Amino acid sequence: MSVARIDARFAKLKAENKSAFVSYIMAGDPDVETSFEILKGLPAAGVDIIELGFPFSDPMAEGPTIQLAAERSLKAGTKIAQVFELARRFRETDQDTPLILMGYMNPVENMGYEGFANACAEAGIDGLIVVDCPPEEADGLSDALDAADVALIRLATPTTDAARLQTLIKRTKGFIYYVSVAGVTGVKEVDAGGIAAEVAKVKAASGLPVVVGFGIRTPERAAEVARIADAAVVGSALVDEIKKSLPENAQAVTKVLETARVLAQAVHQARV
Amino acid sequence: MTDTHSIPNHYDMPDAKGRFGDFGGLYVPETLMPLVLELNEAWEDAKKDEAFWAEFHSLLKYFVGRPSPLYYAERLTQHFGGAKIYFKREELNHTGAHKINNCIGQILLAKRMGRKRIIAETGAGQHGVASATVCARFDLPCIVYMGALDVERQKPNVFRMNLLGAEVRPVTNGNGTLKDAMNEALRDWVTNVHDTYYMIGTAAGMHPYPVMVRDFQSVIGKETKEQILELEGRLPDAVIAAVGGGSNAIGLFHPFIDDDSVKIVGVEAAGHGLEVYNGHAASLNGGRPGVLHGNRTYLLQDDDGQILEGHSISAGLDYPGIGPEHAHLFDTGRARYVTATDKEALEAFQLTSKLEGIIPALESSHAIARVGDLAKEVGKGGIVVLNLSGRGDKDIFTVANALGQQMGGL
Repeated sequence: MSVARIDARFAKLKAENKSAFVSYIMAGDPDVETSFEILKGLPAAGVDIIELGFPFSDPMAEGPTIQLAAERSLKAGTKIAQVFELARRFRETDQDTPLILMGYMNPVENMGYEGFANACAEAGIDGLIVVDCPPEEADGLSDALDAADVALIRLATPTTDAARLQTLIKRTKGFIYYVSVAGVTGVKEVDAGGIAAEVAKVKAASGLPVVVGFGIRTPERAAEVARIADAAVVGSALVDEIKKSLPENAQAVTKVLETARVLAQAVHQARV
Repeated sequence: MTDTHSIPNHYDMPDAKGRFGDFGGLYVPETLMPLVLELNEAWEDAKKDEAFWAEFHSLLKYFVGRPSPLYYAERLTQHFGGAKIYFKREELNHTGAHKINNCIGQILLAKRMGRKRIIAETGAGQHGVASATVCARFDLPCIVYMGALDVERQKPNVFRMNLLGAEVRPVTNGNGTLKDAMNEALRDWVTNVHDTYYMIGTAAGMHPYPVMVRDFQSVIGKETKEQILELEGRLPDAVIAAVGGGSNAIGLFHPFIDDDSVKIVGVEAAGHGLEVYNGHAASLNGGRPGVLHGNRTYLLQDDDGQILEGHSISAGLDYPGIGPEHAHLFDTGRARYVTATDKEALEAFQLTSKLEGIIPALESSHAIARVGDLAKEVGKGGIVVLNLSGRGDKDIFTVANALGQQMGGL
């Protein structure tokens, strides 16, 4: 399934002239069971694609919100094996929503490329984003992911020029993630008008859907992005709802799903 | 003068991708990739420019006070009763440590690249002070990220940096130490990509920092070679240095890598002891390979690939990684890496103060703690050179505290 599941989801939305709503949460935040409750509720809330963060002790591209989510997850004792178990349990409840794992290189190195890629495939994970693994260092990982039919998804950014873009799109599958602001997650705000031309360039060069993230917190911004890109990602605004609800875990589940519902609606209606 | 960047006859690491064997490389977020590649080009270009090196050496001579002396530590030699021990006196440099050599080189590169703003990370504050110093000299704003815990532990250095016009930003994320400061500096860089130069303080991180910092610091080993030939008429039998990130050590070691007769010994911080989980900072002797802060190297990490904090009494060695070139020299066996505990470093700190009239940095004290073994191994008639990388004035509070003494109103 894997890469095909991502392609099928974008094909379906394209037929409906809709942009996709992508949500990000951190596995194990605030604990494994609560994050499972959130995960399993996301499709019904209108989420089209799920990004699931796997925690790392030194998340150097994250703003304070996701840093704290990783800290909470690790403090709760989350292991990478449990992240795969979360994904596997989610897959029992949903066979159509693409699930993308997102995180940093060292936990991947620690399992070995083949081990990590196979664990992804076995758990029903369709794609992988490794923030600190540029194409220059990705050959071994790409080989392993290709063999397991898991998409290695790359990021293009405001610092990417035309030549660099050609490097990035090689061996990329599923979609391209366009980082809308130079910076860490959840701090600067996206300017949809300002990035439209760049998004179009990335789409033309890659022939793949372009997913935009890093600076989207509100339904208004999400809708603006939905008009110029194939998908809008929201992470920090959802994760903030967890933080605000603590220590009431049940409330965290409700709040995240409510917020996701409002954002999903804004994205899906943006082109109407 | 222009041979600062020359490559020894056989040893030619790293390769074009910044690899020292299995180690090094370029593991950074995509937003930073164009900047890091641009930095590499600027560095390759500067390396070939004689005017760049002429300015570098002029500043080292008149601003830093180089060459630093190679000093025969007579009483320490007698104390151990083995080979003659020489100190390479990097602690006599302006700002009191080897760190300034690298900062001079990098500030010249930053100017050449037209950067308007300098950021740096610091642990004990030595690299922060050296960065603030060159920024004052070259009139560039300087922001130093420092773990909140270290800000508290190293108040005199925070005051020095402020006095030099730098802004010190305490980092409360994580555990508030050097690795967290480095994360935060990277976050600043990824946010301020257009005008900012990141001045990394050790021979680690993403390519080209490990090789660039090594090349700036290898002035230490080159001078040592000339000085020992002048004093003794031959090469030393061994060189020894403390290793945290490893810039003072690689600076001494690199010019000797092709000299097969010279033993190369690095000393890692064993903290409370190698057997204590998360109680040391010995990445080679107590860690395993992984990826952090832009490079593949040996790291302190748990079974799941999460980075451990580690521990050393010396804030400058208290880092969970090590420069990739050391990882390579360790794997190939060209260099040997031993360890010294907090306790042994404290003893060496006091011993050197009393015997030589030199208060060494706690970092350098780790090397001194093992130099006796090495001097005995080499034996009488032999020669050992130790990199006395920094002076210990900054450490007197830590040492007093460890010895259970109060320092009153200081």
